[in-house]
Amino acid sequence: MERLFELVVAASLINNFVFTRYLGLCIFFGVTKKMDTSIGMSMTFTSVMVISAALSWVVYNTIMVPLHLQFLEIMVFIGIVAGFVQAADTIMRKVSPGLYYKLGIYLALIVTNCIILAVPLINAGEGYTFLESLVFGLGSGLGFSLALIIMASIREKLELADVPKPFKGLPISFILTGLIALAFIGFSGLITL
Amino acid sequence: MSAHAEKISYGGLIKNGIFGENPIFRVALSLCPAVAVTSTVRGGVLMGVGVLFVQTMVNLTVSIFRKFIHPRVRIPAYILIIATWVTVTDLSLNAFAHDAYKMIGLYIKLIVAFAIILSRAELFASKNKVVPSFFDGLGMGIGFLLALTVISFFRELVGKGSLFGHAIVSTKPVLIFIMPAGGFFVVGLLMGLFNWIDIKFFGGGGASGGGH
Repeated sequence: MERLFELVVAASLINNFVFTRYLGLCIFFGVTKKMDTSIGMSMTFTSVMVISAALSWVVYNTIMVPLHLQFLEIMVFIGIVAGFVQAADTIMRKVSPGLYYKLGIYLALIVTNCIILAVPLINAGEGYTFLESLVFGLGSGLGFSLALIIMASIREKLELADVPKPFKGLPISFILTGLIALAFIGFSGLITL
Repeated sequence: MSAHAEKISYGGLIKNGIFGENPIFRVALSLCPAVAVTSTVRGGVLMGVGVLFVQTMVNLTVSIFRKFIHPRVRIPAYILIIATWVTVTDLSLNAFAHDAYKMIGLYIKLIVAFAIILSRAELFASKNKVVPSFFDGLGMGIGFLLALTVISFFRELVGKGSLFGHAIVSTKPVLIFIMPAGGFFVVGLLMGLFNWIDIKFFGGGGASGGGH
């Protein structure tokens, strides 16, 4: 139990996907212009991460390891994620159209996203158990949500700031992210795994 | 005459990848590796070479098979092609450059999710003949490699006082540049510099907004 808690803290704060592993930057800079989209995106991401971690753990450990097919992990994981997202898209459209109109557009965006794919790859590389994989997916999702929400709230204020012209848009966002990343270094001594 | 004209356009395709649509500084696609692997020049160059190889081979493959792939299944087909070439790169780098691979292995695997590779396959290779597609991939790959080299050169020199692991500067290095935060600062400053040059000397409007 303690170990699982440590895993959540480590995945969300210490090894935060955006600020220390530098993954998911495209989405991070793309959707954080507005708070609403960031919240929708972080909910979708967290759930997709947990479920794809579970699915790929099952496939990896029950099919690929016994057959010594580990070298195919890239192809298999991207297939699993893409298939699952497509299925979720279809099911959501039929079962709950309201939710679909809110979150459906984000689903289409995440099929080939590095942060979603990184979770199964890291799980396989570290040899986590089923429960640990789930918890790692959850922690990563929470960390990513935290990053999106912090960034979105800063960027809404940034709209009013007087930024030099060459730095408008992406460059100033990068420098902002650097400052937040500096703050996240403070978490590094929180627990020792 | 026509051969001469074609030759110029191949050069133009490569130039487009390096300056006009530089994947990192201008189009702002695939930013993750620009920060992730650039704390040492060796990591940056290795990643750049990996992307160069994958982009060129994917463009070549997509272009060869463009008449066989039905438009409705083209995205899954392209992803499968990309995943195949990424697996090839992943396994070869692990075999030939094992030490460096241990540091950047995860990011090499994640080349499969790079927006730049899929977007070039979709926008260029699926509509053009084999040879121009090859040069487009080459140009994009070189542009990517150069961008990574510039960023990592700067970060390793200032952050560690060394290049390719050889000590160059004897004064105390500015450690922040090889830390995560430093990567964001350097990319942000270089992007700002590119925009400034564009606005000041070429009358451009600065970078396109970026995003996914």
